[in-house]
Amino acid sequence: MEVGQLQRSFVEYMASLFREGFLDAQFSQLQQLQDDSNPDFVVEVVSLFFEDSERLLNDLTMALDQPNVEFKQVDAHVHQLKGSSSSVGAQRVKNCCVPFRICCEEQNTEACLRCLQQIKQEYLLVKNKLQTLFELEQQIVASGGAIPMVQ
Amino acid sequence: MVCEMESDQAEDMEMEVEELSSMWPEDMNEAGKQFNIDRPGEDQDMLEEVTINDDSTIVDFKRLTELTNYSEKGSSQLAYLVKNWEYKQENAVRLLREELDNLSKQQQESELKKLEILEKYQFEEERYGGDKRPISILDEELKIYIFQEAPRKRNDVRVQDKLEIDAEYDSIKYWKQRAKHLDKLLEASAQREQILIEKLQESIENLERQSSPVEELSQILKRADNFLHFVLQNAPVVIGHQDNELRYRFIYNHFPSLREEDIIGKTDVEIFTGAGVKESQDFKREVLERGIPAKREITFDTGLFGSKTFLIYVEPVLSKAGETIGVNYMGMEITDQVRKREKMAKLREEIAVQKAKETELNKTIHITEETMRAKQMLATMSHEIRSPLSGVVSMTEILSTTKMDKEQRQLVNVMLSSGDLVLQLINDILDLSKVESGVMKLEATKFRPREVVKHVLQTAAASLQKILTLEGHIAEDVPIEVIGDVLRIRQILTNLISNAIKFTHEGKVGIKLYVVPEPYPGVKQGSHKRMASDHSKVLAKICKEDKCTSPSHNALDRKGSGGCKDADDANERLMQNGECNYSEQNGASIEDEVVDPIQQETTVWIRCDVYDTGIGIPENAIPTLFKKYMQVGADTARKYGGTGLGLAICKQLAELMGGHVTVSSKEHHGSTFTFILPYRVSPVCDSSDDNEELSEMDNHDTSSEGNDDINSGFFQFQPRTLGSLFSSHNSGRGTKLLENGFGFNTLNKTNGFPVNSHSFPLDSNTSRETGSVEDACSVADAVETSSEPESSFRHTLNSGNPSTSGRDQKINGVFDRRCLASTNSVTTNRDQREITEKIEKSQRSSECSSSNGAKILKTTSKPKILLVEDNKILVMVTRSMMRQLGYGIDIVNNGVEAVRAVQHNRYDLILMDVCMPVMDGLQATRLIRSFEESGNWDTAKDAGIDEEVSPSNSSQGSDESSIKRIPIIAMTANALSESAEECYANGMDSFVSKPVTLQKLKESLQEYLP
Repeated sequence: MEVGQLQRSFVEYMASLFREGFLDAQFSQLQQLQDDSNPDFVVEVVSLFFEDSERLLNDLTMALDQPNVEFKQVDAHVHQLKGSSSSVGAQRVKNCCVPFRICCEEQNTEACLRCLQQIKQEYLLVKNKLQTLFELEQQIVASGGAIPMVQ
Repeated sequence: MVCEMESDQAEDMEMEVEELSSMWPEDMNEAGKQFNIDRPGEDQDMLEEVTINDDSTIVDFKRLTELTNYSEKGSSQLAYLVKNWEYKQENAVRLLREELDNLSKQQQESELKKLEILEKYQFEEERYGGDKRPISILDEELKIYIFQEAPRKRNDVRVQDKLEIDAEYDSIKYWKQRAKHLDKLLEASAQREQILIEKLQESIENLERQSSPVEELSQILKRADNFLHFVLQNAPVVIGHQDNELRYRFIYNHFPSLREEDIIGKTDVEIFTGAGVKESQDFKREVLERGIPAKREITFDTGLFGSKTFLIYVEPVLSKAGETIGVNYMGMEITDQVRKREKMAKLREEIAVQKAKETELNKTIHITEETMRAKQMLATMSHEIRSPLSGVVSMTEILSTTKMDKEQRQLVNVMLSSGDLVLQLINDILDLSKVESGVMKLEATKFRPREVVKHVLQTAAASLQKILTLEGHIAEDVPIEVIGDVLRIRQILTNLISNAIKFTHEGKVGIKLYVVPEPYPGVKQGSHKRMASDHSKVLAKICKEDKCTSPSHNALDRKGSGGCKDADDANERLMQNGECNYSEQNGASIEDEVVDPIQQETTVWIRCDVYDTGIGIPENAIPTLFKKYMQVGADTARKYGGTGLGLAICKQLAELMGGHVTVSSKEHHGSTFTFILPYRVSPVCDSSDDNEELSEMDNHDTSSEGNDDINSGFFQFQPRTLGSLFSSHNSGRGTKLLENGFGFNTLNKTNGFPVNSHSFPLDSNTSRETGSVEDACSVADAVETSSEPESSFRHTLNSGNPSTSGRDQKINGVFDRRCLASTNSVTTNRDQREITEKIEKSQRSSECSSSNGAKILKTTSKPKILLVEDNKILVMVTRSMMRQLGYGIDIVNNGVEAVRAVQHNRYDLILMDVCMPVMDGLQATRLIRSFEESGNWDTAKDAGIDEEVSPSNSSQGSDESSIKRIPIIAMTANALSESAEECYANGMDSFVSKPVTLQKLKESLQEYLP
């Protein structure tokens, strides 16, 4: 594909991510932080986010699988996840954390499981989207173009 | 016929009487005959009462007759009475007449019979030749009767016919008998007639015996009079009649104390005196003249009956000829009604006024609300503008440090100055709206007026671009330490000073501080004592502070700098004793202070004059001087710039603090702005200030020099000439200052300075830098000479010390300045401030002296920041942001690690996550704060964090850090569970909400870092 077209679709894709609420302004913050001194900043942070989230989601699955659920622990994990997701601007994941924490407070295992399910879904969605985005980026870079800045 | 007519007449009479009934008691109609059936019981009572009151009527009877004779009304009244009487009489006559009629009819009948008989007789006599007419006399009568009433009473005739028929049977004898019989009848008839005549006579007599009309009239009148009395006796009514000269002829219900002779025959004016009398007289006269009845309300105020209001009705009395012959007058007292009415009117008026006020108020409220809204909007807008603008300005500042050619620099400088101006304007607007909306809160903190004055002057001197002398005089009686809102006071001072400098082209600008006895004369003495006791405490503080900078002291000491030797000895001794010693002494000193007799707070009024030798203010501009957006004139604004808000803010701030600002000025000679504010003077013993009390005992003997420093009442900042800007020093002045007791101060400065010069890589040009700084700080060149070896000594000292003591010093200083500016902490160490000032100064001077020295600036603005955050992603993001903002950070992952980090390193700022595993940010903050206050990590130990003693640094480090307060900015995830209040309550200074953005981070860093 031609660079210009790639760039256009990148911009479009980005816009759709924002429009559909997968990402919020915090992601733009990350993009702004990326400069020549650390050119892969966004990818690094997001990869870290993936790692972290997967670990947390695993922990959460384990914790909620226990016969006696340690809700405090669960809550701490969700808090972590919330912090991470809000830091990268994964808005929909972050939004799922709020009801999750409420369910923890209510000590409602079933509701927690439902929340976990939902959060996993959202996570996978945003992960896919972000990976697609990064692939696009790489293609642009590979074809010698500059990543367009999206406001 | 007659009958009918009469009855008609009677009816007419009745009608007429009825029409009149309104004038009379109702039962007076039918000619008052019903008086006769008045119930006796009541009547008697009534009459009794009436008789009692009889004397309230005074009648001129002659006049009454006259009246009845002459006045229409009187005569008609009389006529009615007469008519009534006549009617009665006529009635009786009618009855009698009817009786008479009957009688005459009977007589006629009998006459008729007689006639018949006579006819017969005649006939017979004619027949017999007789010509006798025995009843000839009766003929005429008969004729009349026949003519008049012949057809009547046929019945009788028939009876007689019958008789006739019976008698016809006989002869002459029979006729004779018959004649006899008739004679008898005639006789009987005559007898009857006689009786009737008698009866008639009797009834006539009766009639005559009945009362005469006058009698009856007077009786009727009497009754009417009684009734009138009865009705009117208690009514607040005066009724009177006055003749055409307005002399009273009759009065009813006259004023009780007046007798008949006092009234009758006199006029109002003759009887009464006082207000209203003349008016009523005139009114009556008017009625008299016009001949038309009228009413009027007249208020009397006479000596007789006081102030009373009467409603007076006056009607003219007309003679039959239509001339007025007097007036009837009727007055009713309506004082109460009038009063009520007036009250009502007043009430109504008040209500109307109230309503008007209300609407006015509503309008005002509306306007005020509008204004408030507008102001609020202005404030909001200003706030919204400020944030991005401060970004622009600070970026421009950074830009100005980069390499630029001359033209670019000029442009950037214009940007900077305009940006600063707008920023200032917005800040002013915000300040104003804060004060006006009552949002501004005053803080009460301890501060030292001398320092404030000095700092303000120093700051002004540093940015001074004119050849001006800045000086400060502080009277001795000004307490060392007072309580007030130092930020605001500083703001006022700075404002006034910068104004003064702005409008002064040559000469001097200065501040004078002295205690004034206003408003309580007793305060002054109290403040004296207070000062004395403050004194010792302050001394203690100084020495304590000396300890903080002890490495340099030691150095000085070894060098043998005389004035300070004793103090340093003491310090050294303390140093050797270590920290424990301090706490013991601390206890001791507290005990001492408890016995201090003067404990309660007093208020002292301090007057501050800011004078200049500038252009002055024209007299006509003075009244508007403190108004918003007002400058002396349009020219001034053009020439000098400025927002015109400065003085308005000063005034409002001063008033907010309970004081006031005044100005006196002479055009072309200068102005003096004066503000007088009340300050509280704190009791000496303030155990929360533990740092400052630590070594009071030890230092009593050694603190004379410090004493001078604290109490020094004079500062001067001589003008920098362009030539001497970087190098020249006035040795003479320096000596003078030394003589003035600045020696200790000077040494302190040298203490501070090497630290400074050490921490910044300025070694190569130390002396130059030092020079300019010293100049700004009014330190003599004598000191400068010492500063060079001093700093070198420091170097060696520090080189022997592997830890970062020098840097710590610097951080202390820098941080302290932050405290001073932002948190305004009382616990800040005085000498630290000195150092701070110097660092500031040196930074400034390095900025201004080496305008191309971006490198230097960069190295100086490298504060140490600790990030406490468990979330790796957040750490990564924040670190990147910090890097972009030009800061490096240390990172730890929980509260415990944060406490450890603080134990080992000095930080200028901590960014602290609130919610963390192991130990949350709130607890960590509490522990750090506790350490800062107590100087030990006991609470941390209690929480399970053992202090890992680093051998080289720990004791000294703890000592130092005990005097500074690290700004801690919380990073909160949501506002619900980690509320801002909670953050503040746990000792945090500010908070940034997550997710952290570059902008938010920058703003909070800007607030706490230089």
